[in-house]
Formats: sequence, structure tokens, C-alpha cells
Amino acid sequence: MNYISIKNNQTIPLSSIPELEYHLFLEQNVFALMKSAGAHCVNYFGYPYAGKIKLICCIANDELNNINISSCIVDIKQPLPSFTKHKLLFEKFEREIHENFGLAYTDHPWLKPVRYPVNRFNKNNTIANFPFFKIESEELHEVGVGPIHAGIIEPAHFRFICNGEQILHLEMQMGYQHRGIEQLFIEKKKLLQRITLAENISGDSVAGHSVAFVNLWESLCNYQPGRNLLWSRTLALEMERVAVHTGDLSGMCTDVAYHLGSAVFGRLRTPVINYFQKWCGNRLAKGLIRAGKTNFPFTHELALELTTMLDEYEKAFEEISDELFSLPSALARFEKTGVITIKQAAALGTVGISARMCTIKRDIRSSHPHDLYTEMLHRPLIKTHGDVYARTRIRKKEIVQSLGYIRQLIQNIPPEENGATPLSAPSPDSFTLSLVEGWRGEICHCAITDNKGELIHYKIKDPSFHNWLALALSVRNNEISDFPICNKSFDLSYSGHDL
Amino acid sequence: MLNNLKILFHQGKQYIPDVTTAKAPGVFRGRPVISAEKVNEKELMNLCPTNAITSNPVSIDLGKCTFCGECAFAFPDKIKFTTDYKIATNERNRLIIKEGQDEPVELNPELIRQEINKYFSGSLKLRQVCAGGDGSCEMELNACSNVNFDMGRFGIDFVASPRHADGIVITGPITENMAQPLQICYDAIPEPKIIILAGTDAISGGIFEGSPALNRSFLTKYKIDLYVPGNPIHPLTFINGVLDFIKKRK
Repeated sequence: MNYISIKNNQTIPLSSIPELEYHLFLEQNVFALMKSAGAHCVNYFGYPYAGKIKLICCIANDELNNINISSCIVDIKQPLPSFTKHKLLFEKFEREIHENFGLAYTDHPWLKPVRYPVNRFNKNNTIANFPFFKIESEELHEVGVGPIHAGIIEPAHFRFICNGEQILHLEMQMGYQHRGIEQLFIEKKKLLQRITLAENISGDSVAGHSVAFVNLWESLCNYQPGRNLLWSRTLALEMERVAVHTGDLSGMCTDVAYHLGSAVFGRLRTPVINYFQKWCGNRLAKGLIRAGKTNFPFTHELALELTTMLDEYEKAFEEISDELFSLPSALARFEKTGVITIKQAAALGTVGISARMCTIKRDIRSSHPHDLYTEMLHRPLIKTHGDVYARTRIRKKEIVQSLGYIRQLIQNIPPEENGATPLSAPSPDSFTLSLVEGWRGEICHCAITDNKGELIHYKIKDPSFHNWLALALSVRNNEISDFPICNKSFDLSYSGHDL
Repeated sequence: MLNNLKILFHQGKQYIPDVTTAKAPGVFRGRPVISAEKVNEKELMNLCPTNAITSNPVSIDLGKCTFCGECAFAFPDKIKFTTDYKIATNERNRLIIKEGQDEPVELNPELIRQEINKYFSGSLKLRQVCAGGDGSCEMELNACSNVNFDMGRFGIDFVASPRHADGIVITGPITENMAQPLQICYDAIPEPKIIILAGTDAISGGIFEGSPALNRSFLTKYKIDLYVPGNPIHPLTFINGVLDFIKKRK
């Protein structure tokens, strides 16, 4: 075995990552490291290296609580056997490497564009000429939706192949949201610019992505954050989980035409995000998380207000939840709709709710804890059936769990630490990996620095990157009218995927 | 049925009675005020992540500002953010707040076309296009129509088809990959039509300004009817801006 095992948010010298021959690299990451049930790929990417491409593969082991990193230098002119041939969960990572650098794979089954990045290898591939899967049949028809959808949501194109009302196949074309954010991380040198970029990766996961960035950055600068910082980050993550899950429950009620549920869950999200505004001046927590400091110390008045808000929230939330989960007309739409089996989820390497909905205990809060989760002994909430109902129910239960964590946190507000030392420069020739369990699932940021400590590569992986294919598979054999509820039940990020 | 009525009763009144006078709770950062205090202007300008601050006189461009508030934390005697959320306007220059200026941001009635009030003051249907937005302005636009803000009471709604719309609301910095869909959507809206830019990303590109993955040429072709600053926009900023726009010029 030839890899280096690190913990979440650990900075290591770049030279300590073993470089393997490609066939050994494949053997190790696809077979040896994947033997454990808790093994999954948290990031796999390439970056230009001395005229060639250096591939870095990061396989997390949830049982041993470590992440195993190895690398391989490849020549883009040399076609290679793919990881995907053996394990589907590498599918999109390899497509991304192919799209960015033109690296050819001899046996990748589906080497299609991922997001049409501005610096892609093949500029002849444009978003207007995506190679959609086609079926020659007079019985079947295609339905194209988007990129602009009926509601106020982000753009992507969905192409359904249907037999009457029944969906046989769904293919998604992404990339409309691509803003070149990874490149901007390197070009914009000010720390404030970089944290602002992190806040703008995905507007529903502001806390998730900004905590991932600051944890990574502080590790890279060898900075030990005070307890007050860890505390406020943990609180922000749990608040964000409550807010977005509540909004999602509202959306799911909308999609099954249960208007009272939609209105009540919708209005219940308001006090939670308004609380963010009271705390940091922004309803979505932009500006709250900063590396090495906080601009918004948490006070006892804020704690009192939070308790009052939660008491009111919880009462109304329990009442409407009881009604929703005993309402036959809603349950009939949720149950056995949009099913992903355990086998499918394991093969796809889904994360977050999309893994926990079918018995996979994948939760960074318990397996690779960061911030105050190290003390919280979090137990992931699990469902079995992988349908819309499971995803709805997990949200309800996770809200209750998060409310418990928030109440527990505000019992013990750490004092402000005065005279915070400014961050030093990032370590040169280093590699850092940061994992955060956002409300949607595992967020992974990786950074590589050069010999002056300047960023030369920044890699962001939103949980949606793993989960979009799960949505596409879940709608097969469902009625096309159930697509909206399936889509909402996953609630994946377009901007987090397209970057 | 009884349970549903009980829930309905327990909600009480959730709507904001008057969205034009509502107070923004907490430490909300709205319109900034810049004092005459002498500071190291170079340092102040350097601090800003989006180059929204310029000197001589010191000014903040709300079309570029991300409202992160770092300048106010670093120079508390120089810059203060008030909770005034009415910062939408129809003239790009009015988004630039200068030293010593402490009056509300208003619309310029001269720039509002005469037919706007006649056609849209009682009913305005908008089509939203997200062109690289991170989803935050989109969530806040959705919130405009929820039971709290209830923009529908003024006859302002978002519609699914551009054919049914009177105008377009653009969020996000406008990516190269969305440039064509945006144009197609705009072309499908019948005349007379309006363009609203919602959020810092849409107005100036925000933190994404200068990225080669953007294509903002659409904005050079048309007159923009309303700028709504914010990162993301606050629902009250949007609703008040649009109300002023359709009612101001009789």
C-alpha cells in the first residue's frame, strides 16, 4: 500500500503524497482502499504539473476516520483505463478530468461534458451541442425542460425519454451556472475575496462552504481557532440545516399541492433566517464566517432571543409535521416515489441525506468530525427505503436533532477571545483537505500551494456532484408528473455543481 | 379538516401589514453613511473585496458592494451601515453613495417611461432568469411571494412563461453559458417590457467581476429599468423598489 492517511483539516507537505504508477494507483484506489464498507471517494482531481497532469485521489474511510491520499503523474497524450469501469462512483470525477485536460480513457462508458468550464480542453464542445442519449423508437417521445424552469430556480436542461406518462430515462445537462470560481480562488489574492467567493459557491449552503474554506485556510496557515470560532461555526451549520430543511418541507408540500403545509413550513423558515440577520446582518449568513476572527460575537441577549424563537418555532413545526405525516393524500405521493435502492446509492457513492435515506451511515459530523462536532458524538439518522418519503422524514427528524444541538450549544457559550493573532502566510508546498457536513451532505475543499505559499490549485466539491445522477436514476419508471417532487426531495445545487 | 383549521388559527397573522414602513430586524446592513472623518483612504479602498470603494470623495458603489461590512468594522467612525433597506433605484449613478450623503436612495421619475404607470401600476408579471446566481437572490425573490412579504397583494407576481410576463428579473453575474438562454427569454417577452437587475452579482458581476466565464454583453444592449442592490437582495428592498417604479410617475 502506498498512500498517506490524514485527518480532516490536516495540512501535509505535497511531497509526502506518494506518487504511484497508474496501474498501481488504479488498483489501490478502486479495489484495496474501497474494501471497507465505509470507504468513499471524497475528491479526485487533476492539476497541471510540469507539462503533465498530476492526479490526486482522496478516499475517505469512515470507520478509521481518516482520508487516504495518493497521486499519479500522467501524460495527457496517453489514453488510460478508467476507474469507472470498475466503480461507478468515479464516473463524474473522470469526466471532469477528461473535460478539463483532454485526458482520454479507453473504457469509460459515458465520457460526456460535465459543466463546459471556460478553460476546458476541447473548445468545440459547447453547451448548445450536448450529445444527448437517444432512442430510435416511434413509441417513445422526448420531453425537454429548461435551462430556464417554471419557477424561480437555477438553470439546467433536463431531457426525459418517456413512454406515455412514464419516464424511461432522464439525462441532465449542467454547466449554465459556471462562473469559473475555482480559478477565481487563485486569481483573487485577498483573503476577504476568497471567503466571499466561498460564500457565493451555493447560496443555500453559505455556512457549509464558508466553514469548509475557513477550516482549510486556518489549517494551511497553521492557525488554531479559538473555541468561540468553532462554536459559532457549529451553530451556524445547524441553523442553516434547520432553515433549509424547513424550506424544503415547504417546497415538497407545494409539489404535492398541500398548500397549508407549504405556507406554514414556508413561514417557519422566516424566523430562522431572520435570526441570522439579527446575528450577522444577513438572512443567509453571508458575512458571518471569517478565517481567524468573527465580526459578530454571540451575546447572551442573542441566546435569549434564539431560545424564544426556537420555542415558538418548535410548537408550530411539530403541529404541522404531525398533520403532514398523517395526511393520506400527501403520503400517497411521497411513498414509493423516486426510489433509490441501497445498491444503487452505494454504487453511485451518494452523500448526505441521499445516502442516509437508504441505510448508508454517511455523515462527516460523526465520521470525520470538525469544529465542535468532535465533542457532540453525533449519530446519523437513517431511513431504509430511499424514496421521497424517506427523504422527507429524514428532514423532519434532522430538524428535531439540530434543534437539540442548538439548545445544547447555547447552554455553554464560550467567552470571546480578545487579541486574536492575525493569520500567518499559508504553508508552502502543501496540501490541505477540508470536509464539512453541510445540510445537503459532504462538502470537500482541497488546496495546493507552491513554494512561496501561493495557491496553485483550489478544488471544490459540492455534495450535489455525487447526487445528481441519483436523482436521474430515481425518476425512472415514475410518472413524469412526479418529477418535481423527486427533484425537490433531493434539492441539489446547480451552482455548487457548475462552480 | 378540523386539524387544518386549528393549524391555520394557530399561525395568527404572519404577513407584514405595511411593507413600506416595516423595520429590518437586527444589525441589517442597508444604505451606508460615510462621515467626513480623515482615514487612510488607500487602506480603506484596499480592504474592499469588490473594489466598491473609491476616493476623492470617499464613495461606496452599492452596485458593487457585497454588504460584508468589513469596511465599517475596520473604520467604524468613517463608515456606518444603516438599516435603511430602500436602496433600489433606476439610475446607476444613484447607487454610488458619497461622503457626507445621508438621504434616501430614490428613483429618478424622469427616467421612468410614461406607459409604465398606465400599464403596470395595478398588475406586473415578471419572469425571473437566474444567470449564474448562487441561489441566494433566487430564494429571496421566492420569499417576496411568501405569506410574510406577500408581494402578490400589489398585483406583482412571478410567472412561468416569458409570454405572460411584462418584464425580466435577472439574478447572477450572467455566465457565458447562460447568455443565449437569457437573450431568447428576453426576446419572448411582449412589448412594452422592463429589465430589473436583482443583486450585486447582476448589477456589476460582484465578486465574479472579470471572470472569463462571464458574458455580460446583454446588459450593454438595453436600458436597465431598475437596479436592486444586495447580496442577496432583501425582499423589502425588492418590493419597495418595484412599487416605487410602477407608481412613481403618474
